[in-house]
Amino acid sequence: MQYHVDEHGYYGEFGGAFIPEMLYPNVAQLQKVYKSILQQPEFQKEFKQLLADYVGRPTPLYYANRLSEKYNTRIYLKREDLCHTGAHKVNNTIGQILLAKHLGKKRIIAETGAGQHGVATATVCALMGIACVVYMGAVDIERQAPNVARMKMLGATVIPATCGSKTLKDATNEAIRDWINHPEDTHYIIGSVVGPHPYPDLVARLQSVISEEIKKQLTDKEGRDYPDYVIACVGGGSNAAGAYYHYLDRPEVGIIAVEAAGKGIHSGESAATSALGTPGIIHGSKTLLMQTRDGQITEPYSISAGLDYPGVGPMHAHLYSSGRGEFISITDADAMEAGRDLSRLEGIIPAIETSHALAVFKQRPFKKEEVVVVNLSGRGDKDLNTYIEYFNL
Amino acid sequence: MNSIDTSFRKNKKIVSIYVTAGFPNLEDTADILASLEENGADMIEIGLPFSDPLADGPTIQESSTQALKNGMTTEILFEQLQGIRKKVSIPLILMGYFNPMLQFGVEEFCAKCKEVGIDGLIIPDLPLREYQHHYESIFKANDLYMIFLVTPQTSEARIREMDQASNGFLYVVSSASTTGKTGSFSEDQTTYLQRVADLKLRNPLMVGFGIHDAETFRKATQHTQGAIIGSAFIKHLKNHGAQGIPSFMKHLRS
Repeated sequence: MQYHVDEHGYYGEFGGAFIPEMLYPNVAQLQKVYKSILQQPEFQKEFKQLLADYVGRPTPLYYANRLSEKYNTRIYLKREDLCHTGAHKVNNTIGQILLAKHLGKKRIIAETGAGQHGVATATVCALMGIACVVYMGAVDIERQAPNVARMKMLGATVIPATCGSKTLKDATNEAIRDWINHPEDTHYIIGSVVGPHPYPDLVARLQSVISEEIKKQLTDKEGRDYPDYVIACVGGGSNAAGAYYHYLDRPEVGIIAVEAAGKGIHSGESAATSALGTPGIIHGSKTLLMQTRDGQITEPYSISAGLDYPGVGPMHAHLYSSGRGEFISITDADAMEAGRDLSRLEGIIPAIETSHALAVFKQRPFKKEEVVVVNLSGRGDKDLNTYIEYFNL
Repeated sequence: MNSIDTSFRKNKKIVSIYVTAGFPNLEDTADILASLEENGADMIEIGLPFSDPLADGPTIQESSTQALKNGMTTEILFEQLQGIRKKVSIPLILMGYFNPMLQFGVEEFCAKCKEVGIDGLIIPDLPLREYQHHYESIFKANDLYMIFLVTPQTSEARIREMDQASNGFLYVVSSASTTGKTGSFSEDQTTYLQRVADLKLRNPLMVGFGIHDAETFRKATQHTQGAIIGSAFIKHLKNHGAQGIPSFMKHLRS
């Protein structure tokens, strides 16, 4: 079984590029050149330099002593929360802004849900002096005021998506429409392993630095380059794709994907795409998505704004349907509990997205000697208001 | 012979009108189609509403959202189109995004189209390669014409490829934009349309996107066989209802 993308942009039956003809030249160009640009020595040199000096990589692989004791297993945390801007998102935006420069693009657009990808995009645009427009659902703009302010502080223009449900999927629609209207000078930096081919593979490759580092760090700490399990939360799935990447073809490594069950899988307020989704097309990609019987895309729910995407990247859809990945869904309540646990046991306040991944330990036992890596995808500063309200802090 | 081909034999510029099914009211579809034919439309594009219409601007998206709110589904649309051929004889083209068709089942969808008398399909997010590899035989088995879009950014080689794959006509998108752009046609646009016309393709050319009045219709069809009016009609429908159709069509031909 092949878990990486094939030559036509598919992961098994999922993926492809279901795009209007207006986007064809841009997407076809990316398909043609992305691998060769990413492999150029100059690109790699600049990318690695920025990841080291600007983002602060490698991020630590930290053995979580007290958490390990509590769950009677060996837990390592991959500290993506320590990246500049507070999450793994910046690995992708650094790579894509360099790609945009290679393509001679003068203007960047992006979509954002909670605002993390928007901030990471605004950051690299400021760094490179390139104009930046971020589309964000009008509802999310209300909910995530601090991140809107950060983007503006960084010089980005934030445009509200006022159609449809006014959240992430509509922001993505608006970004795609912008690209249709500006085909010549604009590059679209997608924030996750979603969208038409080559985006899922492009973003996965840029995030693969996460598992590349885990391999080296585990060799130093455990004397072998792989864990027994890698756990990551999945909205679109970019941090997960990065954490799994170098282990996809290593059957000795268990892959655990954690989705947001919201108020419960069958509550009608959930974002557990693998459990509730069916194959269909969203944002140019054939994948699992939440939809009505009539094929209308529905609005998911999670307490975490980064996990409420109605689809999932095609790589993950394939990991699910092939059985390579173990998919677990975690409710709001269990995630919040796990977030508080980590704060009190290890002194690390995680993003609520990440808290979903941490909640797996309550649901599923691991053996004492097993090595489990959790990708700590982001820090909880942005979620402080939600934590405050939830726990009456 | 497919009636799309027949309509291009008329010695005039073809007016095709786009209307979102189930808009402004769920039950309006059939009456609007009949009224459009009565008032001089040569062809109709029936839009199957979708929650996330990527290639459309705000006007058509809002009409889709409204139609879905009204309760429109693929199944209901096919029910509404049962017997439509007794009332409407001009070519009917179904325009929709691919996901609802995929959920309905592509074979079943095409069979239903044939049954109610649909002549062709426009599916903006079904790319040429996917169509040819997976669906072309199903479309052909149901006598459905597939109409592809080309844009100012499409290379000549690809335009020729799309022309080979299309039947009925080639949909020429007038500018790099989503639907519903207002304003007059630029010199560049006219040059581009002439460039496509000069390729001497096997299909007639219909221009769409940004055609909203008699002036833009005239310019769009200077070098082509016809044009498609969508957002402007939807706006008119929203403001004046179905009784506004005669005045809309009259202004268009003036």
